[in-house]
Amino acid sequence: MDPNPKKPNIPTPDSAISNGSTHSYSLVPDEVLEKVLSLVDSHKDRNSVSLVCKNWYNAERWTRTNLFIGNCYSVSPEIVARRFPRIKSVRLKGKPRFSDFNMLPRDWGADVNPWVVMFAKVYPFLEELRLKRMTVSDESLELLAKSFPDFKALSLSSCDGFSDDGLNAIATHCMSDLFPFEESVEVAQIMVEAVADCNSEFVLRCREISVSNVKASSEEGRYSTEKSMVSFLSRFSTSWTYSKVVLLDVSFLEHEKRNLTELNIQDNGTEDIGGGWLSCFPDNFVSLQVLNFASLNSEVSFEALERLVSRCKSLRVLKVNESVNLEQLQRLIVLAPQLTELGTGSFMQELTPRQYEDLEISFRNFKDIQALSGLWEVTSLYLPVIYGACAGLTFLNLSEAALQSVEFSKLLAHCPNLLRLWVVDTVEDKGLEAVGSSCPLLEELRVFPADPYDRHHRHGVTDSGFLAVSHGCRKLHYVLYFCRRMTNAAVVTIVQNCPDFTHFRLCIMNPGQPDYITNEPMDEAFAAVAKTCTKLQRLSVSGLLTDLTFEYIGKYAKNLETLSVAFAGSSDRGMQCVLEGCPKLRKLEIRDCPFGNAALLSGLEKYERMRSLWMSACNLTMKGCMLLARKMPRLNVEVIKDEESDDSQADKVYVYRSIAGPRQDAPPFVLTL
Amino acid sequence: METNMVFGNDLNLKATELRLGLPGTEESEQLQSIKNNKRSSSEMDLASQKGTGKQESEAPAPKAQVVGWPPVRSYRKNALTKRPESDATGFFVKVSMDGAPYLRKIDLNVYKNYLDLLKALENMFKCTIGVYSEREGYNGSEFAPTYEDKDGDWMLVGDVPWDMFIVSCKRLRVMKGSEAKGLGCL
Repeated sequence: MDPNPKKPNIPTPDSAISNGSTHSYSLVPDEVLEKVLSLVDSHKDRNSVSLVCKNWYNAERWTRTNLFIGNCYSVSPEIVARRFPRIKSVRLKGKPRFSDFNMLPRDWGADVNPWVVMFAKVYPFLEELRLKRMTVSDESLELLAKSFPDFKALSLSSCDGFSDDGLNAIATHCMSDLFPFEESVEVAQIMVEAVADCNSEFVLRCREISVSNVKASSEEGRYSTEKSMVSFLSRFSTSWTYSKVVLLDVSFLEHEKRNLTELNIQDNGTEDIGGGWLSCFPDNFVSLQVLNFASLNSEVSFEALERLVSRCKSLRVLKVNESVNLEQLQRLIVLAPQLTELGTGSFMQELTPRQYEDLEISFRNFKDIQALSGLWEVTSLYLPVIYGACAGLTFLNLSEAALQSVEFSKLLAHCPNLLRLWVVDTVEDKGLEAVGSSCPLLEELRVFPADPYDRHHRHGVTDSGFLAVSHGCRKLHYVLYFCRRMTNAAVVTIVQNCPDFTHFRLCIMNPGQPDYITNEPMDEAFAAVAKTCTKLQRLSVSGLLTDLTFEYIGKYAKNLETLSVAFAGSSDRGMQCVLEGCPKLRKLEIRDCPFGNAALLSGLEKYERMRSLWMSACNLTMKGCMLLARKMPRLNVEVIKDEESDDSQADKVYVYRSIAGPRQDAPPFVLTL
Repeated sequence: METNMVFGNDLNLKATELRLGLPGTEESEQLQSIKNNKRSSSEMDLASQKGTGKQESEAPAPKAQVVGWPPVRSYRKNALTKRPESDATGFFVKVSMDGAPYLRKIDLNVYKNYLDLLKALENMFKCTIGVYSEREGYNGSEFAPTYEDKDGDWMLVGDVPWDMFIVSCKRLRVMKGSEAKGLGCL
């Protein structure tokens, strides 16, 4: 199959330009335009380019190689296939984000299969597939494994639906059946020389090597050794050999390795899918660079893992799961000191002093390590083994390790170059003070709750911890903070210290909780965020909030793209302010707020410029949703029926723009209006 | 109780109105706006009435769990279950005693160290376990306390630090007689 389908010669008359004047860009030859456009990477820029004129639209569609689809239902596989003929890498997202928190029933949709089927037909040279919140069946993975000889990278983030069998298929077929190109050229040249020298023995040997790698039934692979040398040689003439080389039509210098380099599985659910897949990588498979199975529960064969790590010399990212213990970790990391990212297994094991020392030395031997994660069940006893790897660390993910402030502070003293830090709130405010003093370069902080349902009444982190971080880390621009107490004054000071926030996600875990000192609503806090942080792209609000918060957001947050609201607002006006005021809004997700039909309908024109709107447990009725659907035919207005609620209420509403029309695969509980 | 003398001619419906909330408290604007759906409990409405300025001096009522709130991913394990000593709901393990007709259960959270635990076991089974020594275990005693750890191995109680024991202990068994003496002879 031709890797570069040739573009048909479409005449491009200048008269296509409606206003009649001759614009300079119409004089640019297509080849030049395509050359320039092939350097444009950002899909947003490409979308703009495609709107300029028909010429540019065509040039853009022929040069686009990376496909990004933020909502798999906004477009159909057929439409995509028609428009973009040369796709090599795909990023596809499915379910709305609230599905992460069990708010979507099972079997809601976002099945990747129709996409994989289409890709197999239209993009046989696909190299990368990155999926988020999609249902991926084993059948899809099997089809994927067998259909793309150039396939390099598979990333599954928050996906479900697959098991050991699917991953099995990926591992088994991770190597292309075809002979690596460089080697085939070499063999062909050698064979040609041998033929010229009448060195039949040599020719036969070359043939054996190439046959052992070519499983496909090509015409040269089926000779038995009994066949006469003459008839064999007659097929292997010089011209034939070179013709095969030429047919591949890929220049020697451009060609890349044809085997799997990345298998990345993140944030998988808790389903137990089995661990046999890891043993399915062939013994001669050596090209793996990224392997992440940290979120898969099952035990894998350690022997297979060790062998895999030992032969994949280019491995730079290795994140194992909890089933790997410290002793096993030690054996792995001595094989791969070149790692840039390491996810450890469980730290719950008793080590002898000798083993402890060995582990310490191994961590010190990492010269290039930038990211560390895993660390399940690590205690103050063994945490220090990692100190030797911390000097150059830029990302430390302790979200699986419930550290206390003392051991955490000691650890941070070794990590002056941290840019991103994820911790659990067991470190408390004292731990965050250490962050402020030890990590001046910090740009991103995520604090997760150890006890989200407040069963143990732990202290967690509060306003003072956040304040301490903001004093010490002036470059902070991304925060996700779960807490039980917050004040307006603290947030005002925090954003004064760190005005460059692009992502501000504050979760006061008790719904509708006011400022704990003044008992006022938290309006002033988010007003300050909206006003001070001019670059704000993403905002999650919480606590007791009136419509005032949303007035401020609508008035000041001009760069806001994503807004998440829960248990907030006083009336429809709140939502209206946001819909009227935020020009760049793309995703709006709302739950348990007093916004009704009037608010929903105030955003009619807005929704076509957004990716999606989610509203659950608000005051929407079926009538309101049907009205929206009727007025805006290019939107899909979907209501997810809840058995318990009465028929007039619309409990879960998902609205999104789509050029593919209503979903064909909607389950019975999803009504498209 | 609210007295609505102001509404003299009124049937004083407000005073007899059935509504959620403590008697004598005002229903605030905010309360009305938070939709009282079937998933949240009345405790949540109570919590939102802090606008009255009352100090929350009582211990917080057990909060009803709302679906999908707080927004943490389900796979993110509750890190506290790994540290059962801080688990307020208790960390119960089975205790078997050789020769006893039935097993017992104890809450490991209740004890601060090995001394407490052994005393409790001695009390429960009316036996003398004695003092632990690194060299000889519980030599001299007819009984030896053992436990099954996470790997499924049976270990002598007392060898590892208490913190580590708490996390790795799955069940206890008090060995008796010659088996017990055998450990001490090692």
